[in-house]
Amino acid sequence: MNLELIAYGAFFLTMALTYAIIALGLNVQWGQTGLFNVGIAGFVAIGAYTSALLTTPDDPNRFGGFDLPIFVGWIGGAITASIASFLIGALTIRLRADYLAIATFGVAVVVQLAALNLEPLTGGPFGVGFIPRPFAELAGNPLAFGLLNLAVLSLVVGSTYLLLERLARSPWGRVLRSVREDEQAALALGKNATKFRLQAFALGGGIMGLAGATQAHFIGFIAPENYLPILTFQVWAMLIVGGSGNNRGAILGAVLVWGIWAASAGIVSAIVPPEQQARAAALQIVMIGVALCAILLVRPRGILGEERMISRHLGKLRTPSPTANSSADRKA
Amino acid sequence: MTNVKASSTSGNAQPLIEARDLVKVFGGLRAVDGMSIALNRGEMLGLIGPNGAGKTTLFNLLAGSLRPSEGQICVAGHDLTRYGADRRLGAGLGRTFQIPRPFAEMSVLENVLTGRQDQLGERLWMNVLTPGRVASEERAAMEKARNLLDFVTLSKLEHEPARVLSGGQRKLLELARILMADPQAILLDEPAAGVNPTLLELIIDRVLELNAQGKSILLIEHNMDMVARLCGRVVVMAAGRHLIEGKPEDVSRDPTVIDAYLGGVH
Repeated sequence: MNLELIAYGAFFLTMALTYAIIALGLNVQWGQTGLFNVGIAGFVAIGAYTSALLTTPDDPNRFGGFDLPIFVGWIGGAITASIASFLIGALTIRLRADYLAIATFGVAVVVQLAALNLEPLTGGPFGVGFIPRPFAELAGNPLAFGLLNLAVLSLVVGSTYLLLERLARSPWGRVLRSVREDEQAALALGKNATKFRLQAFALGGGIMGLAGATQAHFIGFIAPENYLPILTFQVWAMLIVGGSGNNRGAILGAVLVWGIWAASAGIVSAIVPPEQQARAAALQIVMIGVALCAILLVRPRGILGEERMISRHLGKLRTPSPTANSSADRKA
Repeated sequence: MTNVKASSTSGNAQPLIEARDLVKVFGGLRAVDGMSIALNRGEMLGLIGPNGAGKTTLFNLLAGSLRPSEGQICVAGHDLTRYGADRRLGAGLGRTFQIPRPFAEMSVLENVLTGRQDQLGERLWMNVLTPGRVASEERAAMEKARNLLDFVTLSKLEHEPARVLSGGQRKLLELARILMADPQAILLDEPAAGVNPTLLELIIDRVLELNAQGKSILLIEHNMDMVARLCGRVVVMAAGRHLIEGKPEDVSRDPTVIDAYLGGVH
């Protein structure tokens, strides 16, 4: 019984961590740069399908697969999603926030419809199955399988987090924040705002693609209905709940919101009669909405909020007093 | 009183900023209408004129925030007319804003660091590929930023978010931010507006010192006392055009200038 619980916990956390990667990608775009991407599902789908096509065994009914190793699929998914983000960004990134939102939403709908209808490439409504799962040979032992997958996902989240933290505290991250705060002033300080926004958009999109790829391999099966706008809504809720602008907040928010999502599914199936359950599934979305409102009322900047960033070359900000920094001593 | 061509104060040297026949049309309005202006090296030039004369539009043309409909802008002999706003500071031309635009949620120190040009660490991959070089550049930038914060007396606030600064402090922060790039010319848009008298003295003092260090400064200002104290030469703009120029005391007594301020020039 206990082992089952641990196995379930590992499954739950692994799933939550795949969302944490998406939320980290969104944090680069929105939290740091202020890019209003409402097409998250599309970029996740691009990563997922790319990785699935690269790693599944050959299928005469569609293009591919190429039977490549899983990690090649993940890297391929990230790169393809990043290139797609770059191309879409090159067309739309100059748009004002609200127009960028509409454009990215449109892109996500196009990607989803393409996945649904481009049967020779994507398998159409039936999706792509038999996507190799990491440690599939251990599937008979749910505990070991679950824990090893959790370890792999933790590694991916951990290294993505470290990379993004390093970038957030670099001069590059500083320029992103300056563009977010005031584009006119950033331009006057010699920063090519469009270039930096495009870089942030492509990096964030690539991370979303990586997340889609890991998710596809963890579940082993993908279909167009996994990439509906509800996914975009969930990830936005995760970032806002955890704290926009904070990478740890993105991860925490993903785990919390995924927890609410999973728990509400459990509650719905426990208390709603079976014939009403399909309809009651909408309650899950309601619960996330309610949780989002509740958290924003108590903590308007999310649970963790944005940290005061300071260049990593200065060390962490310890106290507001300037004399706490040794290099400030010469001013005395 | 002299006209444009004869009034150059520093001999034959080529002006640092030379704008010729600038025109900016907004719909049916010619906000700047064939205006020429030259800022000599080391000079502190005042730009005055009644409200709506086109001073800030001219500033935005010089700073690249707006593209001129006609005319040409050269800085240190280079034609920057087609360059965007982000390519002016690197070319030696820094500007402040009439209403200061600090990066509100970033610390005062970070605001100043952002003014650094061409930092290696601003390139995404360099932070991963050559972290050592990025770090040493950043340390040098940090030292310079702290010296500049000393210069504008904001050192004690370096870790505070810029949103806590008062209006005058924000103007000083903007000044420190562009000084990070060592511009040769500085465009100051109403540095005295909305600043309390104590801080104003400090701003005037710092502007004078920058000029003494050799920076050329173009100043838009309504405060005539301040213009008279700072500038050796004043250009008066009215209805988008160059009206007259000369020494501040002469200009302020000139009947055409008085007429312009009372609404006589259309």
